[in-house]
Amino acid sequence: MLRELGAKNVQLPLSQKLWDLNWGFVLLICATASVGFLMLYSAAGGNLDPWASRQMIRFGAGLALMFFVALVDIRVWLNLAYPLYAVALILLGAVEVMGVVGMGAKRWVDLGPFQLQPSEIMKITLIMALARYFHNLGLEDTRRIQWLIPPLILVMAPAALVLRQPDLGTALLLIAGGGIVFFMAGVSLWKFGAVIGIAIPSAFFAYQFLHEYQQKRILTFLNPENDPLGAGYHILQSKIALGSGGVFGKGLLQGTQSHLNYLPEMRTDFIFSMLAEEFGMVGGLLLFALYILLALYAYAIAYRSRNHFGKLLATGMNGIFFLYIFINVAMVMGLVPVVGVPLPLISYGGTAMLTLLIGFGLIMNVYLHRDLDIPGKR
Amino acid sequence: MANDQHKEKAKVFSRRSLMLGGAQAALMSVLAGRLYYLQVLHSDEYTMLADENRMNIQLLAPLRGRVVDRFGVEIASNRHNYRVILIPEQTSSVEKTLDALAQYVPPDSIDRERVLKEVKKKRSFVPIPVVDNLTWDQFAQINVNSPDIPGIQMDVGATRDYHYGDLFSHLVGYVGAVSEKDLQNLEPDPLLELPEFRIGKSGIEKYYDTALRGKAGISRLEANAYGRTIRELNRQEGIPGNDVILTIDQQLQEFAAKRMGSESAAAVIMDIHTGDILSMVSVPAYDPNAFARGITSKEWKELVSNSKRPLGNKAIGGQYPPGSTFKMVVALAALEAGVITDSHQVYCKGHTNLGKHRFHCWKRGGHGKLNLEQAIAQSCDVYFYDIARKVGVDRIAEMSHRFGLGEKLDIDLYGEKAGLIPTKDWKLAVQGVRWQVGETYNVGIGQGFVLTTPLQLAVMTARLANGGKAVVPRLVRSIAGASPDETNRDSLAVAPDIGVSQAAMRPVLRGMNKVVNGKRGTARASKISTKGWEMAGKTGTAQVRRISKKERIEGVRKSEEKPWEERDHALFVGYAPYNDPRYAVAVIIEHGGSGSKAAAPIARDLLQETLRLDPLRRPSLDVLARRIPGESDA
Repeated sequence: MLRELGAKNVQLPLSQKLWDLNWGFVLLICATASVGFLMLYSAAGGNLDPWASRQMIRFGAGLALMFFVALVDIRVWLNLAYPLYAVALILLGAVEVMGVVGMGAKRWVDLGPFQLQPSEIMKITLIMALARYFHNLGLEDTRRIQWLIPPLILVMAPAALVLRQPDLGTALLLIAGGGIVFFMAGVSLWKFGAVIGIAIPSAFFAYQFLHEYQQKRILTFLNPENDPLGAGYHILQSKIALGSGGVFGKGLLQGTQSHLNYLPEMRTDFIFSMLAEEFGMVGGLLLFALYILLALYAYAIAYRSRNHFGKLLATGMNGIFFLYIFINVAMVMGLVPVVGVPLPLISYGGTAMLTLLIGFGLIMNVYLHRDLDIPGKR
Repeated sequence: MANDQHKEKAKVFSRRSLMLGGAQAALMSVLAGRLYYLQVLHSDEYTMLADENRMNIQLLAPLRGRVVDRFGVEIASNRHNYRVILIPEQTSSVEKTLDALAQYVPPDSIDRERVLKEVKKKRSFVPIPVVDNLTWDQFAQINVNSPDIPGIQMDVGATRDYHYGDLFSHLVGYVGAVSEKDLQNLEPDPLLELPEFRIGKSGIEKYYDTALRGKAGISRLEANAYGRTIRELNRQEGIPGNDVILTIDQQLQEFAAKRMGSESAAAVIMDIHTGDILSMVSVPAYDPNAFARGITSKEWKELVSNSKRPLGNKAIGGQYPPGSTFKMVVALAALEAGVITDSHQVYCKGHTNLGKHRFHCWKRGGHGKLNLEQAIAQSCDVYFYDIARKVGVDRIAEMSHRFGLGEKLDIDLYGEKAGLIPTKDWKLAVQGVRWQVGETYNVGIGQGFVLTTPLQLAVMTARLANGGKAVVPRLVRSIAGASPDETNRDSLAVAPDIGVSQAAMRPVLRGMNKVVNGKRGTARASKISTKGWEMAGKTGTAQVRRISKKERIEGVRKSEEKPWEERDHALFVGYAPYNDPRYAVAVIIEHGGSGSKAAAPIARDLLQETLRLDPLRRPSLDVLARRIPGESDA
């Protein structure tokens, strides 16, 4: 099963793996997370408590998990891809049955001391499952429609369940994340064009069946200023926070929009507005730079990987990461509807942080096993 | 084969990586572009919106200027209003707090129902007034015990205080809350929107409201999304209102009001050279403090239903037939027209006939032969019927206007009436009927259509006494802080001559002297005996009701026998000292009976007191140093 392909194709010992870990990447992650801590410190009016400290603990735990995920043999993940996906799908189904209601949607499942958000786990396991599927699939086969039906089901099944919760944002994220893996696997471009060509008219059709609050969100998005005290209030206040920040910002703890509570959800979804208010465009662009560096790392790792599973896993995880960033930032800027996606590594919250760190762990895992050649199974 | 496919897969992957990376870069550029758009291109706009969000501009009411008399005695000023305010969120139980507070304040001073209602209605951090107008002792006691009364806050506001109660009600007026109507009529001023702001509602308070009001200060507050104030960003204190310095002498005013007692009456004392009104009294009056704090409907009803009309300022708004006090004007009209000389004589047999009508003299038996001086001194009606007929109503009217009658004198108060001086044209225009000679007879003795106000009579007397200078009455000496020429009309040179010859004036003034100091003068009982202070003047008794023929036959009832409303108005105009005139007075006692009995003694006492206090010998206060409100309490 393990075939030698050149001298580098060896399983490294643990010490070597640790030495070999992508420490620059880790440093970037820590730097980005620190920006988050700083913002949570500011959100508490210059206090580590209650948010920054908790977030640090979560980050520490997540970091440990990240290293664990990174160090495990990539083949273990390859082999577990489908079972993990199945577990995540069952959990998603469980939410339907016994989910507790939180934030207006059933998104959490109660597992004793933990409240679990299966949709978060699904983001990772979906990418893993798809990577595994396409890893095994020959290039010709990816061009045949019948071979695309199983992965399509892999994507649509969780997406449909998430949509029922209802969580439009995550559903779209799953579809887009899956789409990235499809794209990277070499599915021909016209097929994407066809899907989009069908999707847009059907979206208009589907709009009729959306929840009223979702319809309202979309309408509000189109012109939030029309309703500055009602539904458009959040987005307007967010834009005011951003715009009033100017080039250099108002300074740490000086954001009036955030500290006087005009900015909604400033610890979670709208934390970028707070950052841009206090540190201005300079601060916003610096965060972008951190994100871009992380993405470049991920691309480089994917490029260096000799096995297809690794390539797809790294780009898929990077794709999810990027989608998070884009949707969140575009949302607070008033470019896309308010869908409730956290800003990676910055927003307050455990599950998203954990998801991302596991994702980064997998990317690093790909790096550690970059020279391992894994034959596809047919 | 597998290897080839592997390579092919890697190639496709690399190509796709570039595409995906490119897309990602493009999307990041979109975000960066949006950031630039919001934070650079539209930054000003959003900064403004952010400031609008957080900034609450609060107006600070300036301290209202004081009203002081000519010597600086405070008539209206600001008093500390000690009050207690409740902040509901600072107490666990509003009820308990109110209970605790009730121990230290007079019972029934807390309107529990209102407080509880407001607590329910407003956000818990909004302060709610609970009690106000506490005494210093009560206030201090609550302050000491405040740890036991959670949620309360001590507060000091300013309320208007009128130190002399009803003494200056018609002059100084009062302040009150801004009404809808005020908002429409007044110049826009953000201060008017302040819920506790008070503006002048009548009198000087109203006339000089803008000067007294001052300019609003501004406090910029930072408020959070829930409206709670976080801090004060900056504060720009307002400019306090200017003090208004009246021409009134508070002591004289007090004396005059007391002297008139419970009559329904008015009096005006003025400086014949400067026009300074030293006293202007209209009794009965009302307490402006009641208005300033908010009058009850019971108090209001009492004021409105009082037949002596305490709400009206009779000195400027009461229009009365001048009666015999008008005779000087008639005489001057005749002398200046040349229809008589000062030696003109008339025989009075108690009445005179005009066609079928008989016109009576007040003295049934008649005065016999009289010249002008005697006619004035004894107030012979027949004499004046004669000269009035000779000169004609139009020339009397013309002379009246020169003395300030029949027109508004533009005193700095609202509610001034013009009175009425009839002419032939006037009658034709207004009544559509031609003037009758008999009506000229009536005008000749200040009856008929003629109406004057006490202020006009005082001005008339002043212009007689000062030798025919068109002195104009004024109530305000100056406004502290305003330039002097705005208000100061002190110089005599400014008053133009009314164009009456001294030759005509002399016999008239001599007549007025004889009214008081002559043996047969109508006011000989009211002379001032102090040497050098002698008074000259003229009595007047104005009929309220026409005396019918039947009454004449049955004998005219004495004034005291008639019901109050039917009694004659008693008038007196005078000036003193006769030899060196300085002060003029006009007194009217509504339904007082006769001028000589009811009005002349009062006028005498007023002039005597004026001379005794003589404002000229005391330093007056034109420019006052501003006093801070705390000191004004002392």
